[in-house]
Amino acid sequence: MTNRHIKAIVAGVSQGGIVALETLLPQLSKTFDKPIIIVQHRAASSDTFLSEHLNSLSLIQVEEAEEKQPIKSGTVYLAPAGYHLLIEQDMTFSLSCDERVNFTRPSVDVLFESAADCYTHQLLGIILTGYNSDGAKGLQRIKQAGGLALVQDPEDAEVPDMPLAAIKITPVDAILTLDQLAQYLNRLS
Amino acid sequence: MDARSIAEIEINVLLEAIRLRYDYDFSNYARASLKRRIQNLLLKEKLEMPYQLIPRILYEEEIFNRFLAEMSVTVTELFRDPASFHALAEHVFPRLESYAYFKIWHAGCATGEEVYSLAILLEEAGLLDKARIYATDYNKQSLKTAEHGIFPAADIKQYHHAYKKAGGKKQLAHYYTHQYDAIKFKDSLKKNITFAYHNLVKDGIFGEMHLILCRNVMIYFDRELQNHTFTLFNNSLARKGFLSLGSKETLAYSVIDAEFETCCKSNRIFRKLN
Ligand SMILES: C[S@@+](CC[C@H](N)C(=O)[O-])C[C@H]1O[C@@H](n2cnc3c(N)ncnc32)[C@H](O)[C@@H]1O
Repeated sequence: MTNRHIKAIVAGVSQGGIVALETLLPQLSKTFDKPIIIVQHRAASSDTFLSEHLNSLSLIQVEEAEEKQPIKSGTVYLAPAGYHLLIEQDMTFSLSCDERVNFTRPSVDVLFESAADCYTHQLLGIILTGYNSDGAKGLQRIKQAGGLALVQDPEDAEVPDMPLAAIKITPVDAILTLDQLAQYLNRLS
Repeated sequence: MDARSIAEIEINVLLEAIRLRYDYDFSNYARASLKRRIQNLLLKEKLEMPYQLIPRILYEEEIFNRFLAEMSVTVTELFRDPASFHALAEHVFPRLESYAYFKIWHAGCATGEEVYSLAILLEEAGLLDKARIYATDYNKQSLKTAEHGIFPAADIKQYHHAYKKAGGKKQLAHYYTHQYDAIKFKDSLKKNITFAYHNLVKDGIFGEMHLILCRNVMIYFDRELQNHTFTLFNNSLARKGFLSLGSKETLAYSVIDAEFETCCKSNRIFRKLN
């Protein structure tokens, strides 16, 4: 498995996500040079507290994605509460408030599917802790497009459902704990 | 040529067919959501590839109507984003008060929840009688729903809560009657509201508006169409008129940015300078 071609990382996380991101993101090195785009399920009324909080803990920039914004490397983007986050062919963000997908908006599947369309085999997808199965189909799509698929070890996850749902339908490239994931990502740079 | 570029061409050809046949131009809609909607339609029509829609859409108007319905799927709520309604009452209403009468345009009002929400707050501020409200969308089905003023009661608890957060002074129940699993707003709320068809892509200005609300519509447009729409709004606004956008939308970087000041940054309310 090579990593030379990965251009972007997308991740999906739900229940237990704040702790997971608090563990994962601060371990990324200052020189980490790819964009990480994250859907974290949360209430539509949530503000930007989460991104500010994670930013304060991390060595690389963490912020909320804005519509039409060009995706910068070495930056972590969170989907804004209440909106689906999508990626356009010119590597800018789009938002939509279309119906919920898998009972949620933002939905991991929506992000992953549009990201797979743009980055094809140069995309790495990660499913972390959470209830239900949002992201499983999206991860499958990433694999089908030739990208890499990683899943948090269900044993390591606060809620194993999302990782298990993803593993069930996709032959993933690796199943890792959060600490191993951090090492894996740092080696991509 | 790679598969991705070919898929782009396929979508372009489909959109061009729609434009030539029905005079609806979707070429400046943000592509990622547009593609999802085309995918949804393909699934419903049991087709596999976008190009298969071309002959169907060309020869069967009904399929086009379903495409249009898919494109204008409306997700909206009463008092969506309550803080922004609160901010309108706080920053904009006092200015409107000084007019003998004033005009409001809700562009892309969908099924009208937002229009009734604002009408309620205007009523509570004693301003509804002075208001002339134009509520427009390019989805005729949605406009019909809006005109009836009947909405599902399923989320009513959440609406009560949002109404209070928006600064509502009474009880939301004061404004509607319950009918089975639906609520119907009082007719008095809509006596000054005109619901009308208007397509932001190709239709012209509405003159001398004092407040324009256009929320969660422009996120679906590319920069070019956003700028076209912003220019339309600029030309439709009276001096010192207000523009209220969705919570993730902004005038920054647009062609009309310099002609407006920010009135409430966090709630995306802008004011025309001259
Ligand atoms: C997501 S809804 C937003 C509804 C409401 N303003 C809100 O924020 O809750 C988007 C609306 O924009 C309308 N729309 C999209 N393109 C349009 C166009 N070219 N002209 C007029 N309305 C349009 C759709 O029909 C839909 O009702």
